[in-house]
Amino acid sequence: MTDAAHMALWESLDLDIPAHDALLAVLGKFYGDIYLSQQGRLKGAEYLDFVLSEVHGLRIKEIQDTKATGKKVVGTFCVFVPEELTLAADAIQVGLCAGAKAGTEKAETLVPRNTCDLIKSFVGFKLARLCPYTESCDLIVGETTCDGKKKAYEAFGEHVPMHVMEVPQCKGPCDRDLFRAELTRYKDALEKLTGNTITAASLAAATKVVNAKRQALQRLARLRSADPAPISGRDALLVNQISFYDDPVRFTAKINELCDEMEARIKAGQGVAPSGTPRLLLAGCPMAVPNWKLPYLIESSGAVIVGEESCIGERNTRDFTDETPTDLDGMLDALTDRYMKIDCACFTPNTERLDHIAALAKELKADGVIHYGLLFCQPYAHEALKVGKAMAAAGLPYLAIETDYGMVDAGQLKTRVEAFVETLS
Amino acid sequence: MNTYAGLDIGSRSIELVVRGGGETVASRRLATTYDPAARLRELFPDGAPDRLAVTGYGRELARELFPKALTITEIKAHALGAAHLFPQARTLLDIGGQDTKAVALLPGGKVGRFEMNDRCAAGTGKFLELTATVFGVPVEDFGRLALTGNPEAPVIGSMCTVFAETEATTLMARGTPPADIALGLHRAIVARTTAMLARVGLELPLVFVGGVARNPCVARLLAETLDAAPLIPDAPDMTGALGAALWLEARCP
Repeated sequence: MTDAAHMALWESLDLDIPAHDALLAVLGKFYGDIYLSQQGRLKGAEYLDFVLSEVHGLRIKEIQDTKATGKKVVGTFCVFVPEELTLAADAIQVGLCAGAKAGTEKAETLVPRNTCDLIKSFVGFKLARLCPYTESCDLIVGETTCDGKKKAYEAFGEHVPMHVMEVPQCKGPCDRDLFRAELTRYKDALEKLTGNTITAASLAAATKVVNAKRQALQRLARLRSADPAPISGRDALLVNQISFYDDPVRFTAKINELCDEMEARIKAGQGVAPSGTPRLLLAGCPMAVPNWKLPYLIESSGAVIVGEESCIGERNTRDFTDETPTDLDGMLDALTDRYMKIDCACFTPNTERLDHIAALAKELKADGVIHYGLLFCQPYAHEALKVGKAMAAAGLPYLAIETDYGMVDAGQLKTRVEAFVETLS
Repeated sequence: MNTYAGLDIGSRSIELVVRGGGETVASRRLATTYDPAARLRELFPDGAPDRLAVTGYGRELARELFPKALTITEIKAHALGAAHLFPQARTLLDIGGQDTKAVALLPGGKVGRFEMNDRCAAGTGKFLELTATVFGVPVEDFGRLALTGNPEAPVIGSMCTVFAETEATTLMARGTPPADIALGLHRAIVARTTAMLARVGLELPLVFVGGVARNPCVARLLAETLDAAPLIPDAPDMTGALGAALWLEARCP
């Protein structure tokens, strides 16, 4: 796209153009430093670079063009919002901007200062008119996965069309019933929004699309168990990040191509870091674009990240939705079952997450686990302690990091990460 | 004779230890100031020594200035230095200008679990420096002043530097003697430090290094709390530089 076309697009969305230009300039520099400087990248990473260079351009134009044909756009912040239903209603689902400091002062007029950066970021992006995805949405779907988010959505709802799904906090039969009812309520909201009826046929087709995407991402995740690691943790994280906003069918095809290339590399014994490089599993809070600080610090400290136990990672892709039911009720049950398996820290108890982390570390032949907690994210701060105990029991070296989107602690974090890596080698 | 230079570039001071023939042959300490690069050029007017290992938060800077230098973290460097001086030590406490670190020491000075303060400088040398300023006392004398405080004096609850200053000011306005408040501040530091030591699984003996190990009040309160006097080197702020030199010596004989 030409600059003039970009500008016209952003003006049509009423973005704050000078502030948005500044944001893209920072993002571009950040991307260059963290991504383009990597050695021995896969050729398939060109797709990632292209998508990211046009993250606020071509993909937005595509979305706007589709909107012009009458399609609706649904924005989300959480893996509990079932893309299957959104696609079955013939709408587009996109993850929204929430990974950078933007409009912080404005955000602090809607949410308290002691709120995690992810929440502050999505509120800030909206109030400062900086996210073309948020501005493209016909509906934004929130969820009650933590107190910070559920209260933030109350205030956010005064600025955007909002639908909030209740995610239960336990996994008993009545909790399952609650979530099943919430899926029906979301289905009704989608039908009202789009004017389309979700049928067994449309939901079955949508489920196939989303499962195919999960399958490609799982394939990528499995290939990372090879030593030397065939892909950097940064690139793999980017793949997971892009899975939230690129067209799902195109994305699946591109990731499968990337996996083909990875397989060839593995066969040739090639990797992004020499064999014997300390391998780390990164667990914890989700990392939205462009939250690459910690992965960059880790991979510039002589280690390679081989997995992301996170909502932008394993937690989003581990489970398929059962495709065998043929009637709508059965399909909604299958969706309920699939989504209730997510081991988000919002659940009590949530012991399956501890087992998952240990098992994943073993599968990926990780030498250690780094837990990433976003400052003021209480559920994951609590779990960081539990995970620490579980890793000690499993004999896995463990480091817990709590940080936010700012760069002021980069020096201290680098010391901690490097010292941790030193203990592994 | 081959010599091995270990350099520790901290937030407040730069330390250099040179080893040769299995012993320390030279050591030097200078203030970091606002221009550490200039200080390093001053330290090495003829360029960096051939065998140089750098630690401390300024290690990246040193790598730019002296491309041949190797770097290790201050956690590893202090562990190696401390274990060399006190092979029997099981836990390391390092309170420097900006950071506090607690490390479980494994045989041979290897690092086990470690903890480091988050971005805030509560409980570090910086905290002592800022609070000493409130009393108009040089930081070197602050510990001695605190030792004269009444043990029944109020405990300072805040560990945020700014809040602790507010708390101290409030107590001063009420007429609480400065020595009592100073003692309260020192107790707050030791309480925070012992919590950090507990998290790495404190085992005695404890070796206490870094600039704050020179503070007699922190050392005494630690001894009281742990029921055992910490082992403190003669030059506690040189341990990191020593560790870096030792690491190099072992690596490139």
